[in-house]
Amino acid sequence: MLQLQLKSEHDDAIRGHAQRAYPHECCGFLLGRDDDQARRIVRVVEAQNDRGDSQLHNRFTITPEAFMRVDKAARAEKLDVLGFYHSHPNAPARPSTYDLEYAWPVYSYIIVAVADGKSAKMTCWLLRDDRGRFDEQPITCARETGSTKEIH
Amino acid sequence: MPVKVMIPTALRQFADGNDTIELEGVDVGQVLDRLADTFPQLKRHLFDDDGELRNFVNVYINDENIRDRQRQGTPLQPGDELTIVPAIAGGG
Repeated sequence: MLQLQLKSEHDDAIRGHAQRAYPHECCGFLLGRDDDQARRIVRVVEAQNDRGDSQLHNRFTITPEAFMRVDKAARAEKLDVLGFYHSHPNAPARPSTYDLEYAWPVYSYIIVAVADGKSAKMTCWLLRDDRGRFDEQPITCARETGSTKEIH
Repeated sequence: MPVKVMIPTALRQFADGNDTIELEGVDVGQVLDRLADTFPQLKRHLFDDDGELRNFVNVYINDENIRDRQRQGTPLQPGDELTIVPAIAGGG
């Protein structure tokens, strides 16, 4: 399994979005490229949580129109939509049954837990082709100095 | 008339890695059928057992959802772009 490689600015952006959205769920896109060594994220793009009902605290939806807009922009830059991030306010950074129901293979699903308004553990998950379960995908965060560390 | 079909990242492994495919068809249903015939592994991800488009799959012609038009019977014009859009949702 390819590890997911983020830059520190992406880690900061996802956590910042999760904290601003709290107590609601945030969501967004992961754009980048796969190579032999890693799934390298080049850009994260915030999305509006279009859930639009009383379940904004534990559900997210990205509209097809938003998907098309971001996918088109990514293609123009020779990037791919490689996955999505969302937050779990006051819940662990583990996929829910609902996450499993709506997930697609290939995409990386980052989940960041938010406890009392502060971002906490961040994990990433890949759906098996048979849709039976997720496997955790290792995340590394590349700092400007060139050093990397695993993030949790 | 050939139309461009845009394949999302999640389904490219079932379409020999292609991100875009050109296919002939007078309406959306014909193009989707030809897509499924060309890449049989893609078929089960697009259609349910009754041959209906899966609920988690959206198909757009340019900027319009075919569910807001004539679904698979929606006619195509030269230069139309057909985009397969996976429904994205979740939450804890």
